[in-house]
Amino acid sequence: MLLPLLALVGLPLLMLVLAWFDPQGETWDHLSTWLLPRLIGHTALMFVVVGTGVAVIGVGMAWLSACCEYPGRRWLDPLLVLPLAFPPYVFAFIYLGLLDFAGPIQSGFRELFGGSPAFVEALSRPWAVLLILILAFYPYVYLLARASFASGGRAAFEAGRSLGVGPFATFFKVSLPMARPALVAGMTLALMETLADFGAVSIFGFDTFTTAIYRTWFGLFNLSAAVQLASILMLFVLVLIVAERFNRGERATGSEKQPRAHRIQLRGVRAGLATAGQLGLILIGVVVPLIQLLIWAWPELPAVIEGSMLRVIGNTMTLGLVGALAVVIGGLLLLAGTHKSSRRVMLLGEVSALGYAIPGTVLAVAIMLAFTRLDQWTGSALAGGLLAVILAYLIRFVRVAWGPLEAVACKIRPEYGEVARSLGVSRWRRYLRVNLPLIWPGLLTAFLLALVEIAKEMPATLMLRPFNWDTLAIRIYELTAEGQWQMAAVPSLVLVGLGAIPVILLVRRSVIR
Amino acid sequence: MKKLIALCAVLMLTACGQQADTQSSAPSETETAPNASASEPQTVVVYSSRQPHLIEPLFERFTEETGIRVEFSNDNEAALIERLAAEDDNTPADVLITVDAGNLWQAGERGLLQPIDSAALNGSVPASLRGTDNEWFGLSLRARSMVYHPDRVDPAELSTYEDLADPRWEGRLCLRTSRKVYNQSLVAMLIEHHGTERTEEIVSGWVSNLATTPFSSDTLLIEAVEAGQCDVGIVNTYYLGRKMADDENYPVILFWANQDSTGVHVNVSGAGVTTHAPNPELGQTLIEWLASDTAQGEFAERNLEFPVNPTVEAQGLVRKWGAFEQDQTPLSIAGQRQAEAVRLMDRVGYR
Repeated sequence: MLLPLLALVGLPLLMLVLAWFDPQGETWDHLSTWLLPRLIGHTALMFVVVGTGVAVIGVGMAWLSACCEYPGRRWLDPLLVLPLAFPPYVFAFIYLGLLDFAGPIQSGFRELFGGSPAFVEALSRPWAVLLILILAFYPYVYLLARASFASGGRAAFEAGRSLGVGPFATFFKVSLPMARPALVAGMTLALMETLADFGAVSIFGFDTFTTAIYRTWFGLFNLSAAVQLASILMLFVLVLIVAERFNRGERATGSEKQPRAHRIQLRGVRAGLATAGQLGLILIGVVVPLIQLLIWAWPELPAVIEGSMLRVIGNTMTLGLVGALAVVIGGLLLLAGTHKSSRRVMLLGEVSALGYAIPGTVLAVAIMLAFTRLDQWTGSALAGGLLAVILAYLIRFVRVAWGPLEAVACKIRPEYGEVARSLGVSRWRRYLRVNLPLIWPGLLTAFLLALVEIAKEMPATLMLRPFNWDTLAIRIYELTAEGQWQMAAVPSLVLVGLGAIPVILLVRRSVIR
Repeated sequence: MKKLIALCAVLMLTACGQQADTQSSAPSETETAPNASASEPQTVVVYSSRQPHLIEPLFERFTEETGIRVEFSNDNEAALIERLAAEDDNTPADVLITVDAGNLWQAGERGLLQPIDSAALNGSVPASLRGTDNEWFGLSLRARSMVYHPDRVDPAELSTYEDLADPRWEGRLCLRTSRKVYNQSLVAMLIEHHGTERTEEIVSGWVSNLATTPFSSDTLLIEAVEAGQCDVGIVNTYYLGRKMADDENYPVILFWANQDSTGVHVNVSGAGVTTHAPNPELGQTLIEWLASDTAQGEFAERNLEFPVNPTVEAQGLVRKWGAFEQDQTPLSIAGQRQAEAVRLMDRVGYR
């Protein structure tokens, strides 16, 4: 089951390895002297800051939503996932527009007090992009940790408390360790996204491997060295994956019948703090960006229903739906190949899902080179076709689908299949009538997640899409490249609106009572 | 499982089929095969990295005047060059249009463009704005000069790019990121004029004069000069032009750099016929038309740039800025020295 997937995914990875057979002595000397130390420093900083940030915010908010009771909890909960609908580069240009020297906030401070406080000025510095990335990616941790707290975490907490342990001690000794697999999985997703991000870091001018890959390719005209840089980036990813596998431990089997437990009733100041904290996060992550986009987009808003925009929306949706389908099928293959398998097979599965952290541009070049070569041998016309983009999505996002599928797979008990077989049900009917309903929720979650990711994806779409096949992300790219943020606001608004639909569906599917 | 795979394959195939349809019926109303016989209209295929709204109206005019249809694919220039190289002799593209001589030079260097011997083009495009073997031709001229805020800078203080390295500009200078090819070309030309050592001094002088970290776009830089974050910056003039088009009294002012020495740094957007063009004559016709007196004015004005064709006068708002001396160094130098420039900027910490 894994083989076809490995063959597809292995293709660009092979290109990364092959690049080392084309040594680039001079360029490499330059890179290792002047760029590499800084890049590694920045990457380490991203690991620490973004990793800590998404963990603290994600777990903290998830604990409140899943285990406590305070005013507004029910409607705050779904809104906390909504930042997932914003591509990080949209967050980046909104917040840089608001916070830089010429923006309204600093201008306001200068007008009123003759100068801005240092912390406001600091927010427009390159490193501030780390905060943007935290804002964009904490929902991964939130979603996963919240589910984990809800299933069992609450009861365990109650048990701990009944034994006379203090609330904080119980949280750190009982609840948090139980949620660790979810936390680690969420952090891994967030950090992989962080490593592959190009848009946000280049808007803020924060040098990372992705920007250096660009610079080496387009500035030094050295694609081989650029691809070599990309393969170093993959080393970081490998570290992440190994760390995740070691920390995952035994995945909780998720007992279907959860013991009913009471939420912790927060009162007074604590309840106020909980509500205010979540409200503040939603303000920063949803309300302010939406208002800013609306202000910028207002004069151009009629353009949304124009023919050309409708075509772009149609393209975005078509690519999203077809791509998400391909991703889910890839995820199913991964699941079928690795479910209840040995460690070695598991590792192969991880390799197949490695594409998540390959920067879209590098992945796109690899696919393009492979496809054009294939075209030359066979006379096909794959390189300019939709298949190339879909393949890129499959490789890049199959990991996103794998997670939710793995989470539901444990529900397929061998007994069910045996019972069905003893009743004379055929193999295919068993799949359809027994297994499919069991994993259906996971399938749907995987599909929705993939849909959001694909709609936001920009670099691979840009390079591989067929003639005239513009999507919303492409429109945004064309306009943000030269700082025309007001003009980019219209497609951004539409993209966020479209992305919000699957996100809301996703949240509704996992409502916790 | 197998059923699902089959279903997916079918879906992908149908999706591909759709795509093929849209591709052939793209810009015009008439249905035609790409390889036209005598009676059917001919089609020229263009890979372009110029913003679509700047170039599409000109293609429409070209089709009206010549009856030749234009199909174009828009993408980032590096991606287009990589695509051309990968497609090799299977490429559908006749013409490559990109901005910046560095990109055109690279396409030429990799053998993706073919030399054109055209009297019309030799007449309308000056030699310094063409490739060494006439494999590419500038179509619009952009100047990278200085902008300043008149409240904080006396224009008498301003003179050259080199002078911006002087300590009296400390904390007053704004630059765009060195990732942008425009700055790479500018530094490449400085290397050509002054040699590596002196250029390294100049650029590190710039870096120590910076008021803030480099900007991701010229537009933001101009807004920073307006807001008072810095006093002077280096930008392409058309970005200021766009601001002035929105607001006649925009407070940031243009200064023509290096008028008494090397001349202001210029670059081009340009085009070449691809080496494996299916219809090279059509490609040449398109480029000749774009460089001709009839098209040059509009081509430049749409982006507030300058015509390359010396017989055509600049139109509209940019005339306010008056005439200027331009750097006459052949632009292919910018391409040749681009990698050198990038390395130099890395060494002095210009991000």
